[in-house]
Amino acid sequence: MQYDLKAKELRAEILKMLFACQSGHPGGSLSCVEMLMALYYEVMDVDPENPDKQDRDRLVLSKGHACPALYAILADIGYFPMEDLAGLRQIDSHLQGHPDCTKTPGIDMNTGSLGQGASLAMGMALAAKHGGESYNVYAVLGDGECQEGLVWEAAMAAAHYKLDNLTFMLDYNRLQIDGSNEEVMGLGDIIKKFDAFGFECMEVEGHDVVAITKALKTPVSGKPKFICCKTIKGKGVSFMENQYGWHGRAINAEEFDQAMKEQEVV
Amino acid sequence: MGKSLRVAYGESLVKLGAENEKVVVLDADLAHATQTCMFKEEFPDRFFNMGIAEANLMCTAAGFANKGYIPFASTFALFGAGRAYEQIRNSICYTNANVKFGFSHSGLSVGEDGGSHQSIEDIALMREMPHMTIFVPCDPAETEKAVMAAAEINGPVYIRVARPVCDDITTSDTPFIPGKANVMKEGNDFCIISCGLMIPEALKAAKGLEKEGIHTCVVNMHTIKPIDKDIILKMNETCKAIVTLEEHSVIGGLGSAVAEVLAGHNGARFKSLGIQDKFGKSGKPDQLFEAYGLTAGHVVKACRELLNF
Repeated sequence: MQYDLKAKELRAEILKMLFACQSGHPGGSLSCVEMLMALYYEVMDVDPENPDKQDRDRLVLSKGHACPALYAILADIGYFPMEDLAGLRQIDSHLQGHPDCTKTPGIDMNTGSLGQGASLAMGMALAAKHGGESYNVYAVLGDGECQEGLVWEAAMAAAHYKLDNLTFMLDYNRLQIDGSNEEVMGLGDIIKKFDAFGFECMEVEGHDVVAITKALKTPVSGKPKFICCKTIKGKGVSFMENQYGWHGRAINAEEFDQAMKEQEVV
Repeated sequence: MGKSLRVAYGESLVKLGAENEKVVVLDADLAHATQTCMFKEEFPDRFFNMGIAEANLMCTAAGFANKGYIPFASTFALFGAGRAYEQIRNSICYTNANVKFGFSHSGLSVGEDGGSHQSIEDIALMREMPHMTIFVPCDPAETEKAVMAAAEINGPVYIRVARPVCDDITTSDTPFIPGKANVMKEGNDFCIISCGLMIPEALKAAKGLEKEGIHTCVVNMHTIKPIDKDIILKMNETCKAIVTLEEHSVIGGLGSAVAEVLAGHNGARFKSLGIQDKFGKSGKPDQLFEAYGLTAGHVVKACRELLNF
């Protein structure tokens, strides 16, 4: 797969979805594209023909507001028709503003309320261990989300129960709604924090699918894994990159045209 | 001789666990208070202590439900329904996850620990979430039936478990049908609808009123949600007045649920007895019931006011 080309195609789909519904979250959707590509194109054992396959790997998009990126990939690999993407956030569409496993094929867990996805993923990993299952559970977290205490309750439990079937991936774009993490509530040394909580920690370039894949495939035993993915909020659209104002802003027609041109996708 | 509902809860979990290996129990460092320690003793590999972290307790339970288990999450009512409210809403009720909540130390009957630990709003918090079923058992036998019934329901179920030792009011033969109240005593002048630890007070009040010629009906509304609308509307037609009696705030609990059914219907006069928009305080349960107006005497007084005798 030509990752650069695929990433541009996916970003074009994300932009079309967000432009159509005149709402949603561009910045964080664009920043986690390659993280989700590594998961769905290279690492996770899933079957779009059989979304409920018992021994499939699971993804919990804990930063649920970034779901347009996930929806684009799920459609791309065949969970539902590409045409469905146009329905994002519209009444009568199965594509909700935040992921809903009761409505959308391929979504493994509801998220949207920050912090809960990390905890849910930990619970799913614990249940899998208890049942003697060999599949893995992945959670994609936002950096601002790590200000939620529940993330750390979940982290403590993940290490306590030695959940080496659990991976937390951080979309570390360093921006949140009100500004930078540093301005709003500094995370400190987030890698050292997860290390202190008992995780095997790694750091990668968050837009390098090969590097992310390598980190995801690195075996870990007896402890959960934390992959800090250094990303750029609004990645791939010049005027959105590193701008916190694009966390949750509607795209106007002029901006849409410009953003689409930058994807170079016909 | 009776026993506490929490002991009955612990014993029932063990019984259920023996019948159904899908049952797992999670607690938040209160296993000896909620009595889930009995399950831990019997099935150590199916018991998970999540530490003092109630929000994480709920999401973990949701994770187990997602894999097809039947998790019972236990802690105190205030920390479960209160502190972890939004985890229950978004991670459990929103997806209709098959999680059961056995919360002990509900109501004023917590006693000496005082207002910080007396949950008088848990029914209100749990009741307004779609998909939720709520049981408030009145004695050990009913607690066991509530636990068994909860496991049969596909979706979230809250069992409100009180702390004190209480007498047996029902027997193992008494029916327990979710959503269908039990009439514990017939009568067509006055009706007391109650639940949980207040049932003995309701029966005592009815006995006193009978002596004065007021034929009093006592309804055990063991299921607060879905509420038994039929029995409420029937009592509204046959009786001259209805009083609800509960060990919970009058805002959002049994009284509110009954009032919601009665709204728009002509018929009996109505009064809700419970905790009147106040916090609890330290004291012995009986002293608190008296101080907050939850005893038989207060029911009789309310009846006099409503029926003018």
